[in-house]
Amino acid sequence: MKHFLAELIKSKAGLLGAILLIIIVFVALSAPLLDLPDPTRGDLRARLAGPTWDGLFSPGPHPLGTDEVGRDILSRLVHGSRITLLVATAAVLLGGVVGTILGIIAGYKGGIVDRILMRLVDIQLAIPLMLLALLVVAALGPSLRNVVLVLALTSWIRYARIIRAQVLSLREREFVQSARAIGASTTRIMFHHILPNVMTPALVVGTLELARVIIMDSALSFLGLGVQPPTPSWGKMLADGRVYLSSAWWAVTFPGLAIVLTVLSVNLFGDWLRDFFDPKTRSTK
Amino acid sequence: MTGFILRRLAESILAVWGVVTIIFFVTRVLGDPAELLLPIGATGAEIDALSAQLGLNQPLLVQYFQFLGNAIFGDFGISYQHGRPAMTVVLERLPATATLAISAILIGVLFGAVAGAIAALKRGKAIELIVMTLALLGQATPVFWLGIMLILLFAVDLGWLPTGGYGTFAHLILPAFTLAVFVSASIARLLRSSILDILKEDYIRTARAKGLTRPVVFFWHIARNALIPVVTMTAILTGELLGGSVVTETVFSWPGIGRLIIQAIEVKDFPVIQAGITLIATIFVLINFAVDLLYGLLDPRIRSAR
Repeated sequence: MKHFLAELIKSKAGLLGAILLIIIVFVALSAPLLDLPDPTRGDLRARLAGPTWDGLFSPGPHPLGTDEVGRDILSRLVHGSRITLLVATAAVLLGGVVGTILGIIAGYKGGIVDRILMRLVDIQLAIPLMLLALLVVAALGPSLRNVVLVLALTSWIRYARIIRAQVLSLREREFVQSARAIGASTTRIMFHHILPNVMTPALVVGTLELARVIIMDSALSFLGLGVQPPTPSWGKMLADGRVYLSSAWWAVTFPGLAIVLTVLSVNLFGDWLRDFFDPKTRSTK
Repeated sequence: MTGFILRRLAESILAVWGVVTIIFFVTRVLGDPAELLLPIGATGAEIDALSAQLGLNQPLLVQYFQFLGNAIFGDFGISYQHGRPAMTVVLERLPATATLAISAILIGVLFGAVAGAIAALKRGKAIELIVMTLALLGQATPVFWLGIMLILLFAVDLGWLPTGGYGTFAHLILPAFTLAVFVSASIARLLRSSILDILKEDYIRTARAKGLTRPVVFFWHIARNALIPVVTMTAILTGELLGGSVVTETVFSWPGIGRLIIQAIEVKDFPVIQAGITLIATIFVLINFAVDLLYGLLDPRIRSAR
């Protein structure tokens, strides 16, 4: 852990990503405690009001402006971050658990199970993930639970492939061989001996997947297939603001910046994490 | 090589079959199209009659095999919304999607390759930092937001380009550039690290030691080897691009297959959804197949290993 932190501090990009990420998570968690206007209540007298600043350090009532029904954009962004992070984390965890388990089974058992699973992965890879997500959300109906399910569905294959490859080499290692020799059951070997050894790659894939899933989640909301109003979501804010593009630049600019900032910080941290655990790629960075 | 081609061909056909199967079963969950097609307040008898006419009252497996049999010939039924064969409706939109996707790939790969090569060869210089920062930003920016921002700047504020639509070259610029940004960001990052890896190889030292000029070393030894991962990445990105075009086409009102599918999902026009996704997945599978064959030409080691 000490080594981990020391390395993180040495890497400027990784540290920047980690700090930004901590701030974003902290703001999201403390949203109800912050003194912000109600994100779902509009004020029609203040429709599409521009960002107000009395001075550089004294924000007005709506520091980032209001949307088409007069809701405070800053408040909606902060509350929207909770939904975005919740959806993305849940999807990545769900996809990660399923993908890791299937990857271990495919890699360790081999044979027909492996071939069927990998064929399934190939088939799924043949459908652009965005189209698959659209198709399934449209079928199940847009809701928080369904969006999480769909994003997890687009995510499991990435874990399964990478974990399987790891397991193929772990399978031949001595500690696995000896566990088998003393008569440990297949299940025990897979989940007691192999699982702890694939947690690191799973974590790295998970971090990078988080970034991809956040973008895809906002794209689904943008197309109206994400969490439903009045729950604030970044993608939906963008879609609503687009109509007033020529008169209210702030309504589309800030939600987009929020997405970029979040994805960027996750990517920076994820890239660093990958390099940290894989010194082979570190040398070229 | 023939065995390899045949095996990859069989795998590609299997993948398309899997896609068609998934699409069939998922779209059947979407709801009963017969109920949807009739005006509100239609009687049960009317719904049953239409279901029988559309073949929806048959057992699911029977429907599946009929669907599969027809799909082989590109027959996905008549579009509920357009009243014409679904595949015809989809194919009419293919030129628009192809124009956009091909332009984006060309611009993206070109920009990305140049930027990635510069970043690798000018290691440690300011230009490397600039290129890599832009690439990171490019990967973190959702295409639809970038599209909206470009519309805001170039169409709304400056008035140089149209906000959306289709027809002239001016209409193509913004959507193609929007989609290309993501492609070039990924290509630039990949090419940079693969060139840096190659620079450490013994054969580069050998090439330099025997006095080859810089351009010869670069184009003959570095570029050829660095190209292999770029080709793979381009194939993968095509999938992202075809998916990303759904949102981009929506943002720019571009009349392509992606926008058609979104509109079809809204009104539950099954035949069009099925035909559209099948066509895109088939194109994607074909591209991957072609890329695998291309490897053989690029890298003799792969040719003999398989």
